[in-house]
Amino acid sequence: MKLSKIVEALEAKVLTGDGLLEKDINTCGASDLMSDILAGLSQGSILLTGLTTVQVIRTAMVAGVGAVIFVRGKTPPQEVIDLAREQEIPLISSPYSMFVSCGRLHACNLTGLDGRR
Amino acid sequence: MTALKKSFYIKSRDFIRAGEASIKIQTLLKSLNFNPQLVRRVAICGYEGEMNVVMHGGDGSLSIAINTDTLMMEISDDGPGIADIGKAMQAGFSTASDEHREMGFGAGMGLPNMKKNADDIIVESEKGQGTRVRMVFFTDKGGDAG
Repeated sequence: MKLSKIVEALEAKVLTGDGLLEKDINTCGASDLMSDILAGLSQGSILLTGLTTVQVIRTAMVAGVGAVIFVRGKTPPQEVIDLAREQEIPLISSPYSMFVSCGRLHACNLTGLDGRR
Repeated sequence: MTALKKSFYIKSRDFIRAGEASIKIQTLLKSLNFNPQLVRRVAICGYEGEMNVVMHGGDGSLSIAINTDTLMMEISDDGPGIADIGKAMQAGFSTASDEHREMGFGAGMGLPNMKKNADDIIVESEKGQGTRVRMVFFTDKGGDAG
């Protein structure tokens, strides 16, 4: 599913990566533990998290995550957004909680990192 | 014969810069056209190792020796050492603080993740003597750690 459709489903705000929303994404991992994302099949997936530190972007870079979605309307500090922009990792802010954000994406047929749903 | 060797300094408790060395290595290996899945495994091991040094170690270093058939990574620090390596290799065992967990780390997955992604790993440590982790990656292995 196109990232632009995911943004729509979450009524979310794009913090950076407006030009990258045609990206196709089919799997999703939700965690505040970066090691879980590093341990999973997170390449090309969406990472949903409530953390807004620079380590989220580094994790996304190392693991090859396709886009990061911050839940509960969170916005990371500007330097975090700048790093993501430089690395061409789209950052999206969802107004919904982790639970509701996940539910909406599950309803859009996204699967977990291991392909199960 | 070692074709290329790179070494990076890791500063204790520098949570802002932690991971930069691994990203540099990732960029370098990509530019040298190594298998993308292999590069991902190496970067994950380096990153988990860097976070371990920043969280638990003293100052340390991350180095990589790039050969045609193997990549050898070494992460060492002069920190307090690991009291029980066997326990530290178990998924979920952690001595991390709440501060570490707030950063998204410290869930006891660092060394287990490194073991999973490296083709071979040797962890050497003694209490009060620092820690040295050495990992080997075979360049023909691609995505699957052996």
